[in-house]
Amino acid sequence: MMKIVSFFIVGIFFGVILIKSEAASWFRIIEMFRFESFHMYGIIGTAVVLGAGLIYLMKKYRVKTLEGKEVSYTPMKLNPTRHLLAGGIFGLGWAITGSCPGPMFALLGNGFLFALIFLVSATLGTFVYGVVKDKLPH
Amino acid sequence: MEILFLEAGGILGFLSQPWHWAVSGAAIALSLALLNWMGRSLGVSMVFKDICALAGAGKKFEFFKVDIKDEYWRMAFVLGIVAGGYLAAQFLSSPDPVAISGATIAHLKDWNIEYFVTAEEGSGLFNTQVFNFKNIGGIVLAVFGGFFVGFGSRYADGCTSGHAISGLAHLQKPSLLTVIGFFIGGLTMTWLILPLIF
Repeated sequence: MMKIVSFFIVGIFFGVILIKSEAASWFRIIEMFRFESFHMYGIIGTAVVLGAGLIYLMKKYRVKTLEGKEVSYTPMKLNPTRHLLAGGIFGLGWAITGSCPGPMFALLGNGFLFALIFLVSATLGTFVYGVVKDKLPH
Repeated sequence: MEILFLEAGGILGFLSQPWHWAVSGAAIALSLALLNWMGRSLGVSMVFKDICALAGAGKKFEFFKVDIKDEYWRMAFVLGIVAGGYLAAQFLSSPDPVAISGATIAHLKDWNIEYFVTAEEGSGLFNTQVFNFKNIGGIVLAVFGGFFVGFGSRYADGCTSGHAISGLAHLQKPSLLTVIGFFIGGLTMTWLILPLIF
């Protein structure tokens, strides 16, 4: 139970960040895709560089996770066609809704009930993927 | 007591200002490291699969057979995101609207989209002109957009948090290609398709 609560708390932290960083703003996403501000690139760039540094340090000093293991990552099988195609489909939706999954939930909490339509449709999209996945390149 | 209260007000006021991108990026990196230390990888979109599994999709489709106990942490995390969004609205809402660039505001005028700055109209966080329950066109657009996000993220095996943040921070080549895909799709929509719609 404590464990579940701790993940809930990290979620709160992440949700606040998504709103306060403005990464959840439809306008910020359009601005990003139109290359009219550095804001979103700055956020993602900083997160990746610092995140990579922190993970490098955790691996280097063999920091044990709370479960007693070392930090690891299960790599995906490389398949450029799949990555580009799947990413492309996601990107189409990201530009329309101006939100990726995290921000959809954060916006709902922020009071934009309309985000429910994004969330229900995304669940439907995931379901359809699960049904047709064997017909797609993987 | 009163001093304590004033202090808290000061901190909330301080945090309520719009955050510099470097602060936001650092905070995201911190949550990523925290989750890794807690033995999990950052990722939100898998929760859509969990919802399908909870709704019983696993009975008919192998893909949705999920050991739901392994996913409790993610559901708690995602509920936390909703709560975080709520707390941000209650205690940390910015005094000023999102400061997007003048170039974008001018461009949106061509699409007949006003940049709304009041809190009732979304303060630039949400495109309430297009996305509201009274606008059928907006609802249709939202359904397509949400569908692509859900389909694409599962096919890609991750969304922005899983690939653009976590995967790239773990120096994963598949994630880099996926992020390039995100931009191919996003640029196509923004530059070629949305101009036909708006």
